[in-house]
Amino acid sequence: MRYAMVIDTLKCVGCSDCVVACQTENDVPIGYCRDWITETVNGAYPNIELELKSERCNHCENAPCVRCCPTGASHQLDNGIVLVTGDECIGCGACIESCPYDARFQHPDGYVDKCTFCHHRLEKGQLPACVSVCPTKCMYFGDLDNPNSEVSELLKNRKYKTLAPEAGTKPQVYYLI
Amino acid sequence: MQEELFTSGRNLPHIDPSLEIWHWPISLYLFLGGLAAGLLFFAGLITVLGKEKDYPAAVKYASIISPIALTLGLLALFYDLTHKFYFWRLYTTIRIESPMSWGAWVLLIITPISFLWVFSYYSEIFPKWQLKYENLNKFEKFLKGNRKNMAYALIPLSIILGVYTGILLSAFNARPLWNNAILGPLFLVSGLSTGAATIILLAKTQKEKHLFGKIDLALIVLELGLIVHMLMGMYAGSEVQLEAMQLLVGGEFTMMFFGFVIILGLIAPAILEFLELRGFKIPVAVPAILVLIGGMVLRFVMVEAGQITRYLY
Amino acid sequence: MTTSRRKFIKISALGLGGVAASTTALNMFGASSYIDELVKENVAKNFKRTATYCEVCFWKCAAWTYTDEEGSIKKIIGNENDPHCYGRLCPRGTGGVGMYNDEDRLKTPLIRTTVNGEETFREATWEEALDLIASKFNGIKEEFGAESLALIKHGAPGKHLEHLFQSFGSDTIAEPAYAQCRGPRETGFSLTFGSWVGSPEPTDIRDTKCLVLIGSHIGENMHNSQVQEMSDAIDNGATIITVDPRFSTAASKSKYWLAIKPATDIALMLAWMNVLINENIYDKEYIEKYATGFNELKEHVSTFTPEWAYGITGIKPDEIRKTAREMASASPSVIIHPGRHVVWYGDDSQRARAMAILNALLGSWGRRGGFYFKESIKVPEFPAPEYPHPKWGWKEIGAKYPLAQMGITTEVIKCAIPSEDNKYPVKALMVAGTNITKSIPNKKLLEEAIDALDFMVVIDTMPMDVTGYADVVLPECTYLERYDEIRSATNREPSIAVRIPAVAPKYDSKPSWWIAKEIGERMGVGAYFNYTDYKEVIEWQLQQMGTSLEEMEKIGVKHFPRKSGPMYLNETGPHEFPTNSGKIELYSHELKNLGFDPLPKYTRHPEPQQGFYRLNYGRAPMHTFSRTANNPNLNDLKSENNLWVNPKVARILGLKTGQEVWLKNQDDIISTFSIKVRVTERVRWDSVYMVHGFGHQEKKLSRAFGKGINDTELITTVAVDPIMGGTGMRGNFVTILTENPHKNTEI
Repeated sequence: MRYAMVIDTLKCVGCSDCVVACQTENDVPIGYCRDWITETVNGAYPNIELELKSERCNHCENAPCVRCCPTGASHQLDNGIVLVTGDECIGCGACIESCPYDARFQHPDGYVDKCTFCHHRLEKGQLPACVSVCPTKCMYFGDLDNPNSEVSELLKNRKYKTLAPEAGTKPQVYYLI
Repeated sequence: MQEELFTSGRNLPHIDPSLEIWHWPISLYLFLGGLAAGLLFFAGLITVLGKEKDYPAAVKYASIISPIALTLGLLALFYDLTHKFYFWRLYTTIRIESPMSWGAWVLLIITPISFLWVFSYYSEIFPKWQLKYENLNKFEKFLKGNRKNMAYALIPLSIILGVYTGILLSAFNARPLWNNAILGPLFLVSGLSTGAATIILLAKTQKEKHLFGKIDLALIVLELGLIVHMLMGMYAGSEVQLEAMQLLVGGEFTMMFFGFVIILGLIAPAILEFLELRGFKIPVAVPAILVLIGGMVLRFVMVEAGQITRYLY
Repeated sequence: MTTSRRKFIKISALGLGGVAASTTALNMFGASSYIDELVKENVAKNFKRTATYCEVCFWKCAAWTYTDEEGSIKKIIGNENDPHCYGRLCPRGTGGVGMYNDEDRLKTPLIRTTVNGEETFREATWEEALDLIASKFNGIKEEFGAESLALIKHGAPGKHLEHLFQSFGSDTIAEPAYAQCRGPRETGFSLTFGSWVGSPEPTDIRDTKCLVLIGSHIGENMHNSQVQEMSDAIDNGATIITVDPRFSTAASKSKYWLAIKPATDIALMLAWMNVLINENIYDKEYIEKYATGFNELKEHVSTFTPEWAYGITGIKPDEIRKTAREMASASPSVIIHPGRHVVWYGDDSQRARAMAILNALLGSWGRRGGFYFKESIKVPEFPAPEYPHPKWGWKEIGAKYPLAQMGITTEVIKCAIPSEDNKYPVKALMVAGTNITKSIPNKKLLEEAIDALDFMVVIDTMPMDVTGYADVVLPECTYLERYDEIRSATNREPSIAVRIPAVAPKYDSKPSWWIAKEIGERMGVGAYFNYTDYKEVIEWQLQQMGTSLEEMEKIGVKHFPRKSGPMYLNETGPHEFPTNSGKIELYSHELKNLGFDPLPKYTRHPEPQQGFYRLNYGRAPMHTFSRTANNPNLNDLKSENNLWVNPKVARILGLKTGQEVWLKNQDDIISTFSIKVRVTERVRWDSVYMVHGFGHQEKKLSRAFGKGINDTELITTVAVDPIMGGTGMRGNFVTILTENPHKNTEI
């Protein structure tokens, strides 16, 4: 099993519901976020392109944050999800330095925090909070090892990209373009 | 026109607009760690070669500095942790892929050895202050008898420590400035050079000063070579690496990097040491102090500039 | 999936005292709050859910409020069976938690008082505040009549107070949602099809093949089901055509973005009609069968060629033809979206008419993928005496606008200014659930009127700017803490939703139904409030409708079968539209008789002078007007608005992204605060753009105070729609000041 998220930039309107849903689901303190929205504008009036994207930890297959963690607090499950165990984390900051997506942050309580793909919800058979709430239904989540899953089908049939592939981390959040 | 912005979220404390995760304690620690590595390496090497009598500063007086440097370094490191009271988690596991992990373990071994090393010279360094307990005297004698063994351990450990201070940074692919294989050797050489400089400062005999002057000169030349090598590597690198290099050669860190590290910290002391070896009357303390300052600034520049460089945003 | 650490902790936490012991051991090292929290999270995550419907905007999505065992609200999740949200709330609905948690909320009643010559508020008890209101209201009622008590309201609290006002005999009631928002489209569509568009709009977006948005920016407005259905339409390969001078989010999803010159939309639509009719690609059968006035229309648009429109709109004739053909080929599954905030230039009812006529030509009204026939179920009225008949009310006040179908706020407010010929003196004003300083333009008029009032009461959950003008401020509890009216949705099929308090009201805040009842009893109209708790009203109504509160508590939303017939036109038989003629009126005799243009015409509107830029404003998806700016969760997403400036303009004025500027409008009104520039290609060189609802002046809004500019304060020139009284607000122009104009003045 290899979890991945697929996000359709052709549908995303950047409403940020994913951001606030994550905040309430995961008790992310105000002023912090585990996911966020970027906007890219290209061209000149009136020939313009706009891309809105919901971004987060990419749960990289080749996760540098897991490798550099001195205590094993940052770890990767067999399903690909990268997690941080707060009470094993010493707050050294190495994983933050190692992340090409700058997706990790120091929780005000001291440990390092980030997106968990809502691992606690997956265990109950629910989708991640961001995916379940998205009003444009532009976010998909599933198992890439299963060739018939929705995410596999989407990646088979649509054009996609990942963020900063040159960093070589094999990110598992895919953007349909 | 191209525009890239955050619609919402982000502005994470200490993350945006650029990382401020590692602060001055880390730079200080990298410097002190490198310095201690240099000192312990030379102490070990001289001892293994059996030249303790000829070079007393290297094995005796300068080595007082290393436990102090290591202790201060460790305190600085601890100070910069944000989840401090879990630091013991470092020692519940060994993670081969994490430089921080094996660095922590090396420190756990080398720091006590550095204390024991100094203790083995206790009566020679502090002849006036007799040890009051017989057991301690016995222990000192025991250590004295095992100095060579300690020296054998110190040589590889100090090299690991020196290289580790560089690899700690270079292991981060995400920070293009750090992500090059030169940083490990560079920091090792710089650490050895600061170690040699400290020995020059504390050496009493002309012979010892000259030997370490020569060593330091060779190390400085090597260090300059490594820096050129590093910049050339970045120059031939990807866009993010070019941007990173720009910070050093044509950006906000250029003054610090060229002024303090390359000119004042390397070229100037090299010339002075060379002239001194040629017989010119130059107070050796001057190049030695310049080397130490240069070594320190190098760490500060690399740690701070490195955190500005990123892939996205 | 392998055993994860989280699971491990969970199991051991559930299992034995081992973890408790190790937790204590960890406590020696200081904070082990994280473990405690994990244990708590996994052992005690027994959330209770309570049915509600959202009040962060007017869409009123049904949802579940989740509270933990300590009774604090953790999250709000959409109700899966709700046709307004299909289980997915928008960011504001999800962030509704912040409305409850906001520590800046109004906490107790406040009464204006003078201390050392300075006016200020003092805290008061409910008893005192309500007694004061009742005695003031009664006094005015006796002296001037109940009609002199006016109500400006919005949303659920408004309904309860409307009941109060009607009970004591006042119909002097208005809401910004009409004359400052969607009024013109209701007039334009009812003139044409005989019925309002209404809310939610009966647009069959999910099945459409072509969606045409004219200045409507779905995606930036989070009209939930519309956004969701637009996304479905994108999946289904529908063509989207967006007409907007600004490159909106919707424009970026469109096959055609027509970057129109502002204020020329009617010209474009006339040209579209011209193409549809000239090329014979309109829905002939539909027009023949259901419409009247086609020949007049054909004659009227015959000269409005795409070439004619090009000179006005700046859109190439070719593009106009191509888009018209695209619509025709999708017909009848095409939607010319009526929009929502449509008070732009004063000829807005006519623009709405043009939209309606286009929809008729494309045969989309009453067709799949066009507009469906909406239906709602009537909620029975709780028994109460009949309302007294006021001598005058909103109708009389707005009489000079013959087709106004609701109260016009600005006209009601004008009645507060004393003058010889004012037949309708307004003496006291109650404002409930709307921040009128940011929802009604022309601040000078507003302040003059408020100044002249004898008494003013504001009911809100937050210390909005408007509370600063009040004599008495009443703290309303949020929608999460109260019962409210049953929501009867107008949709594809009728449904109802209930709002049940998830927690008790925080601080000393009270629900509006309670406030209305208490004032009513004090004013001697207690008979209209024959209940002790509004719950009884809902219980009674639900029973009448064949369900019960117990059932609704479990399901939140209940659907009822349609009774009015099929959702789309039954084309086998005749169909009578609820117009005067029973047909779709392309040519409007009603308008003709009232002295207005029977067919829409293009009129030229003012353009910016040299150095001035048209002030355009819009929505951000994470905010509802000005009411959410201080919500901690939503403020976290967007804490201020930016001034969008085209790079060409930025180059001329030397502006950079992030630079703070001030604005001055054509009437020399200067913005109170500054705004940060965003240099972007998304906006035209002749206009600037900002999101509405920022620039709060009330210091008690700790997060929102002084952040960004309030666009409404710069809207001082209002183009009033002569047909229905809408206040056109898009004809204001600003110049950009880079130096602080308030340097020597205190704000």
